[in-house]
Amino acid sequence: MSSTALYDVPGPRTRARHRLYGVAATVVILAVLAWVCYLLYDTGQFEGQKWTPFEYRGIQELLLRGLGNTLKAFAIAAVLSLALGTVLAAGRLSWHRPVRWLCTLLVEFFRAMPVLVMIFFIYVALQAEPLTALVVGLTLYNGSVLAEVFRAGVHSVERGQHEAAYALGMRKTQVMTHVLVPQAVRAMLPTIISQLVVALKDTSLGFLITYEEFLHAGKLIASNLDYDLPFIPVVLVISPIYIGMCMLLSWLATWVGRRQRRNPKVEGEVGPAEPGTLLPGGPQG
Amino acid sequence: MDVLTHNWSLYGKGLLGTVELTVFASLLALVLGVIMAGFRVAPVGSLRAFGTVWVTVLRNTPLTLLFFAVLLGLPRFGLALPFNVFAILALGCYTSAFICEAVRSGINTVPVGQGEAARSLGMTFGQTLGAVVLPQAFRTVIPPVGSTLIALAKNSAIAGSFSVVELLGTYKTLNELGYSIIWSFLWIAVGYLIVTLTISALFNVLEKRWGVAR
Repeated sequence: MSSTALYDVPGPRTRARHRLYGVAATVVILAVLAWVCYLLYDTGQFEGQKWTPFEYRGIQELLLRGLGNTLKAFAIAAVLSLALGTVLAAGRLSWHRPVRWLCTLLVEFFRAMPVLVMIFFIYVALQAEPLTALVVGLTLYNGSVLAEVFRAGVHSVERGQHEAAYALGMRKTQVMTHVLVPQAVRAMLPTIISQLVVALKDTSLGFLITYEEFLHAGKLIASNLDYDLPFIPVVLVISPIYIGMCMLLSWLATWVGRRQRRNPKVEGEVGPAEPGTLLPGGPQG
Repeated sequence: MDVLTHNWSLYGKGLLGTVELTVFASLLALVLGVIMAGFRVAPVGSLRAFGTVWVTVLRNTPLTLLFFAVLLGLPRFGLALPFNVFAILALGCYTSAFICEAVRSGINTVPVGQGEAARSLGMTFGQTLGAVVLPQAFRTVIPPVGSTLIALAKNSAIAGSFSVVELLGTYKTLNELGYSIIWSFLWIAVGYLIVTLTISALFNVLEKRWGVAR
């Protein structure tokens, strides 16, 4: 607590007071939790009948298939967005003005649009398969955000590095691939992983265009009258898995970030690219 | 072009729905986010833990899952509210986690010396907080809060799929009326741009007025 401007290091009386507050707060929080559990119990959410579906093999397989589809969409979208991000970042760093303008326009537009609008557009107007619509939508959005991350990463490499490389007679592609990118990747790896967490979270948008992913499987079970509409049980089963996956990936990002900060080879740090603003002087985080 | 001129009221209603969702959810997110940030920097351990759990869980929850749980789950407890109130709850709670992190890092950017100086002048905790720490934190927090609220406006599109009247949802009616789907999406996109650009411009003004020049 010594790192904040808010408090001094507490003395014995303050510590005792804080302990008292702590106990009171714990009691209140536990009481709220108990009340929620009671509500769950009172509305019969823990009744055996509502939990039976999870014992059946078919339903377990349905859930696993949904999870597999979620991960499949995530994997394809992640790879494609990394590729698109590379292309767009290269375009934005290009020496040719039209290429730079075009890529800037694309990046800014796709960052400013809600992902869901793009997904629906591809699904409804272009009549694509749900998986294609989801993956393309996620790729366009995350690819554009990643392009900004890559660009910031390349810019974060010290100027002397590329000046030295040019002085050695390297060509611009060589400078990029041999000098700038290897150093930039280290600095931006945590941010890239955090952006992949966003992609993983957004695969759940597939639910809205009837892509048969994890949440869709859950919905199928939840709307089954035979088990007395086991809605809350389904949420209680699905959300820990979903949140757990995202947490694992976020935790990986923090871990990599901590490691990089200790690494003397890494100089700059690349912050997350903010959602699009289109205004040149807009919030820049 | 006809799509817009023939359906002014439909688009207007959709845009109004999106603006309404954005404004109310923003207010809820700001209030909750500041409270949670307060918890996270509090000297009381259990409040800190509560704030940390709140932020970690909500930041890692897919928003669709949250909508699914809130809009279809809460009614099971006999809680019957209009859909858009549920949508505001879900959006507001989700965004509050991001606001909380922005505010907390804003508070942490205030140098420790500022608080120490204030206390050595004999200021009470309330005075230190209100006159020294928060005004400085507020200035650094403007840009990240702005981009969080822009993200909120974009996320509000999800509500349309849960039978809340908002901009993206208008495509369905237009489609049934037989209008060109590509044009109707174009105007929906323009609508979202209007909303996000307005927020962006608003925060630009705030930033110019109060932001720190560092």
